[in-house]
Amino acid sequence: MSIVVVGAGPAGVRAVETLIAHGQRPIWIDESPRAGGQIYRRPPENFRRNSRTLYGLEAAKARRLHGAADAAARTADYRPATLVWDICDGAVQTAGPGELGVVPFDDIILATGAMDRVIPFPGWTLPGVFTLGGAQVALKAQGAAIGRRIILFGTGPLLYLVAYQLAKAGAELAAVLDTSPASAKRSALPRLLADSIMLAKGFYYVAWLKAHGIAMESGIEPLEILGTSHAVGFRYRTAAATQREVAGDAVAFGFGLRSETQLADLAGCRFAFDPLNRQWLPAMDEEGRALGVAHVYLAGDGAGIAGADAAERAGERAALALLTDRGIAVSNARRRWIRHRLARIERFREGLERAFPFPAHLARRMADATILCRCEAVSARHLRASVAGIGAEELNRAKAHCRVGMGRCQGRVCGAAAAEVLAAALNVEIAAVGRLRGQPPVKPLPVGLL
Amino acid sequence: MSGSTAMRADALVLGGGIVGASTALHLRQRGLSVVLLERDRVGQRASGVNFGGVRQQGRALAELPLSRRARQIWGDLPRLIGIDGEFEVTGHLRLGRSDAEMAVIEEHCRAAAGYGLQIELLGRNALMARFSWLGGVIQGGSFAPDDGQANPRLVSPAFGEAARRAGANIREGIEIVAGRAEARGFRLVARDGSEFFAPRLFNCAGTWAGKVAAWFDEDVAIKPEIPQVMVTEPIAHRIGPVLGVVGGDLYLRQIPRGNVIFGGGEGAVSEDWLRSRPKPAVARTTARTAVGIIPHLKGAAVIRIWTGVDGDTADGSPVVGPSRRHAGLFHAFGFCGHGFQLGPAVGAVLVDLAVDGRSDTDISGLGIERFLDRPR
Repeated sequence: MSIVVVGAGPAGVRAVETLIAHGQRPIWIDESPRAGGQIYRRPPENFRRNSRTLYGLEAAKARRLHGAADAAARTADYRPATLVWDICDGAVQTAGPGELGVVPFDDIILATGAMDRVIPFPGWTLPGVFTLGGAQVALKAQGAAIGRRIILFGTGPLLYLVAYQLAKAGAELAAVLDTSPASAKRSALPRLLADSIMLAKGFYYVAWLKAHGIAMESGIEPLEILGTSHAVGFRYRTAAATQREVAGDAVAFGFGLRSETQLADLAGCRFAFDPLNRQWLPAMDEEGRALGVAHVYLAGDGAGIAGADAAERAGERAALALLTDRGIAVSNARRRWIRHRLARIERFREGLERAFPFPAHLARRMADATILCRCEAVSARHLRASVAGIGAEELNRAKAHCRVGMGRCQGRVCGAAAAEVLAAALNVEIAAVGRLRGQPPVKPLPVGLL
Repeated sequence: MSGSTAMRADALVLGGGIVGASTALHLRQRGLSVVLLERDRVGQRASGVNFGGVRQQGRALAELPLSRRARQIWGDLPRLIGIDGEFEVTGHLRLGRSDAEMAVIEEHCRAAAGYGLQIELLGRNALMARFSWLGGVIQGGSFAPDDGQANPRLVSPAFGEAARRAGANIREGIEIVAGRAEARGFRLVARDGSEFFAPRLFNCAGTWAGKVAAWFDEDVAIKPEIPQVMVTEPIAHRIGPVLGVVGGDLYLRQIPRGNVIFGGGEGAVSEDWLRSRPKPAVARTTARTAVGIIPHLKGAAVIRIWTGVDGDTADGSPVVGPSRRHAGLFHAFGFCGHGFQLGPAVGAVLVDLAVDGRSDTDISGLGIERFLDRPR
């Protein structure tokens, strides 16, 4: 009766820890060489930056999670640096260092995490342009800043966290430019009070950035990342509707996060459109059991964005559901406490969505010439032509016609914006254009490794 | 269900793959009114997701006249459907890895010459001199210079769009659940109860066409075939011709943008044949075969693996031609995973038969009678 857990971020760590505490020994597979996930990503073993520098206000949480991860890794059948590239017929297909494997399972917990949600703008494919999460990975894993004078834009809590972390690390920030208007943040306050500690941290980052003289604006509209062979600046429209340029040698941007759902898709989970995340997500019951397929459990940002704290709780919740289904006694008090905690976080999450709304309109009115799918060099014009050309009324039909989302990333980067462009072209709700079907391998695999 | 409510036309085409869409287009060119009924979207299934080979070489001899006619149409695709569909005459190279496989190749070269298909037989040294990227497992091969490749995702839907522009009534999202022969023609009934009636019916329903034929007492056993294909990221363009090996365990082509598309083996399919998915173990076998034949593929990354569902007949060749029981009924199905090249000509030949009562293209070896006469 084997259990596989995929992912070693906050959700995966707590899931494995909970399983072990109830006498199980799961097979624990993670793509990264060290546990921690994206948010608590760790540098290689021989690096010496301390957790305070790496994780700022989250240092204590990071240390606790890493401690739990290291303890769990000693008991679990832990397989780091291993990609799960397909799930079918009751087994996961893995690609570890230099070899492939097949791991059968009776039950599986998917804690696959999230990545940046991207809206393409002119110039976004230039060298020197990163996502916010990418900039953070460079900093946390390698102690590297993405440039000497850095421009950050987009929206979401990550915008300010990355700004704070880069500035603390000694990078010069040219500007921190938020597409969300200041009014949105004010109106979101009542909901954000659901997690006053988290809210206080947000205020702290902003206050710190202000105190250090870093230029910050709200309500901007991105126009173009400037440069011909490398990013040299950014042009935008201010909240007062004047155009402005700022110079810098690196740019990072992002618009919140999107769930990594390909493995849930390949595992056969039913999907439903989630208006809050503006994304098709694997459906699950209140305890993390996937719907549409038995023996699959979901936890963390891979099943809808709720952040690291919620992911820890959801990882534990999924493990408790799995244990219950196996007839193993678990604490009902603990389950109730988790439900209560997650409900509060959910309210906070709704507040965040109000404070930092996804600027779908920017994707929907993307200039025709803008490269939408960078892997296949598909412009917004190409995608719109699929509607005129073969009457593409959903994403997969459009993909077949114009190649959008057909390249190396399989639409993980461009898919969210492509859906907006297509929905706008068809004048339908975003849910109506569907989602790109997941196909193996979820990430590229060398022919010679197969 | 009164007959007066049925939508009527000169012809009904059941199935919107490349075969059905081509049939609808050719019907319109002869001035017949046509309703094409497609359960999903035109060119969405096997016709749209296949490997994209446009090959005459290596076919069963009974298919060769049809394949020769198809090749003529492929060369004139823009005039017919408005796009070239990325069709390129790159040649097709058939490879042998043993004396037995080379014997198959030599025999085919001789026989195909009788159909006007010129194929160049190449020994090991000549092959290596010309295609230096081939690996050592190859004994020899044959090169068919007129063969090539195209993009099925573009070509098959474009046949549907061309038929629509020519005036065909293309009805997508309509599942036909019953059909019957009546005194003056054929009646089809959709799941929503709507009916369609015409004096001519073309059964182009792909994997499901055997069941359709059974509505008209011409039951032909069709088994699903699930070709599994994958594609790499773009790499330097070195492989000109489409490749195939005797036995079919590998077929491969590289498109100008650099992606290498290759397949072999079969994936898995759901019980209703509507959904299929790749088998990882099959992908691994195909990848190893590919690296054996083209060693430089080793480092290229596979970015996507996919499958489609086609129909297999018992003898490996399709059913193309008139019904033996009902005048006005025509069949075209069971393409056994190699119908993409034939598709454009199938429509042309069936319409010859339906309108003129005869065709210059010899399809005598592809009739449905070869299965009807056989004891079950």
